[in-house]
Amino acid sequence: MGELKLMKGNEAMAEAAIRAGADAYFGYPITPQSEVIEYLMSEKPYERTGMVVLQAESEVAAINMVYGAAGAGKKVMTSSSSPGVSLKQEGLSYIAGAELPCVYANVVRGGPGLGTIQPSQADYFQSVKGGGHGDYKQIVLAPASVQEMADFVKIGFELAFKYRIAVLILSDGVIGQMMEKVELFDQIPRLTDAEIKEKYPWATTGKAKGTERRIITSLDLDSLKMEKHNHHLQAKYKTISENEVRFELFDCEDAEYVYVAYGSSARIAQKSVQLARKKGIKVGLLRLISLFPFPTKQIQVLCDQGVKGFLAVEMSAGQMVEDVQLAVNGRAKVAHYGRFGGIVHSPEEVENALEKIMIGG
Amino acid sequence: MADITLNDIIKPENLVYEKTRLMTDKELSYCPGCGHGTAHRITMEVIEELGMEEITIGVAPVGCSVLAYEFMNIDMTQAAHGRAPAVATGIKRVWPEKIVFTYQGDGDLAAIGTAETIHACNRGEKIVIIFINNGIYGMTGGQMAPTTLPGMKSSTSPFGRDVETMGNPLKITELVAQLPGTYFVTRQAVHTPAAVRKAKKAIRKAFENQRDKKPGVSFVEIVSNCNSGWKMTPNDSNTWMVENMFPYYPMGDIKVDGVMVK
Repeated sequence: MGELKLMKGNEAMAEAAIRAGADAYFGYPITPQSEVIEYLMSEKPYERTGMVVLQAESEVAAINMVYGAAGAGKKVMTSSSSPGVSLKQEGLSYIAGAELPCVYANVVRGGPGLGTIQPSQADYFQSVKGGGHGDYKQIVLAPASVQEMADFVKIGFELAFKYRIAVLILSDGVIGQMMEKVELFDQIPRLTDAEIKEKYPWATTGKAKGTERRIITSLDLDSLKMEKHNHHLQAKYKTISENEVRFELFDCEDAEYVYVAYGSSARIAQKSVQLARKKGIKVGLLRLISLFPFPTKQIQVLCDQGVKGFLAVEMSAGQMVEDVQLAVNGRAKVAHYGRFGGIVHSPEEVENALEKIMIGG
Repeated sequence: MADITLNDIIKPENLVYEKTRLMTDKELSYCPGCGHGTAHRITMEVIEELGMEEITIGVAPVGCSVLAYEFMNIDMTQAAHGRAPAVATGIKRVWPEKIVFTYQGDGDLAAIGTAETIHACNRGEKIVIIFINNGIYGMTGGQMAPTTLPGMKSSTSPFGRDVETMGNPLKITELVAQLPGTYFVTRQAVHTPAAVRKAKKAIRKAFENQRDKKPGVSFVEIVSNCNSGWKMTPNDSNTWMVENMFPYYPMGDIKVDGVMVK
């Protein structure tokens, strides 16, 4: 068993970055995720593992530091919250175009604009539909516990390097700020310089004599080459869609209705499954762990099983619900419920919505 | 003597100059007469002469030199517009033993990338910044740059830069020289053989500083022409540069070994 600690979600993520063998973290403070860089600065990972921690002048600079270091083959990470993640979109688009591996977190707060510092899930579209310019995807993992804040850093780096893609840990103010017991995985050693050169021949580590130079770029002025590159990216996203879907089912075996939720909303929905079951309503929960790739096939399996309705529960005006509708494709009723703008719905409100909007509506 | 042919002359022992192998054979995308080609060449010559090619990583900007990686035969990263100093910071921090440099134009470095420039310089990142200042946006077709001179015409200041409404040209090199994080700050040009030699010497010093782990950024501005953007012949543009750019952007070292010289 790994080391047990009581930690905030943000702190667990920071500790996991060190333990995952990250080479660097570049960040900029923003509520509700400033604990990530605060923890890293006080923990002195440069003494523990040699990991670099740097407070950048902006989120824009931080993501471009990630771009540079990731292009040079290193395991790097950043994190921010909604307004800051908007600023990172330019860099993320370049990271997608140049196919660089990295992990970053968005501890989402209510928007739009400066919004509020309270929790929200209103950045779903930005996270799974692109966010920046161009046709691209990133892997999006949604932790629902402090434990997953830690574990997803490790899984995130594995996926990032497997596919040369950005992996987003899409958290929210609840998961980032709350304290829970977490079992920390053991320290993974940082790769040596020789290992990096061996494993990542595409990385800019200096051109050895007689070898081809490495170029990290997202640019090609030849449109035919650019179209080919885009096809390559789309093929990669398809492979990811086929192989990296992650979800959990609760009480779905006999379910007539299913909540679809992720992150803190999934925990709330799980409680409201209990409330509804006490009333004899056969409801289950599909908890999404990966938002891209989306568990389309699993939703179709639930349709085959005879589920009559899906209630998308999310702290937004209704974003993920669109992907649920696409997956259901008219075979069952689909509705949305959620408080937003920084308000967290209660299990009772969610159960009540099931009765009113889904069953009674 | 009449029997000597060209093939008799083309012999290794007669060679007085050759292109550095750190420039690729790719045809330059720069306009004939532009200073970029010379600035590329002397930068690559310095890296070759210092034996640094295997440990050097360059960062290309957005602007005319966006394709610098096509011509510079070393490992290169192409950065988003203005972000090169942040990208270089990322690389240098995780590979402190490598030599890292950026190559940026005036729009990239002194407009959209001002924050990244100032803060990389202020943090004293151990990188080289090569800054090509031609007072105009060349790539996008001759728009006003942060360094466009008062009264100077461009496609977005068609009646000349009016400082009342468009602001003043930014002397960012003097500005970064004030920061404790810069170690070497100089302004050079590449319009005459003598200027090219001096500029190359400055670039060499900049890379030597990084090699020798001197504390801070080595910043080399090269005031250059943009004959097509300025709508002049190459010769006229160089004359205009000497008469108009040099008085505003005076040549020479500004800070050497961390100490202001003027």
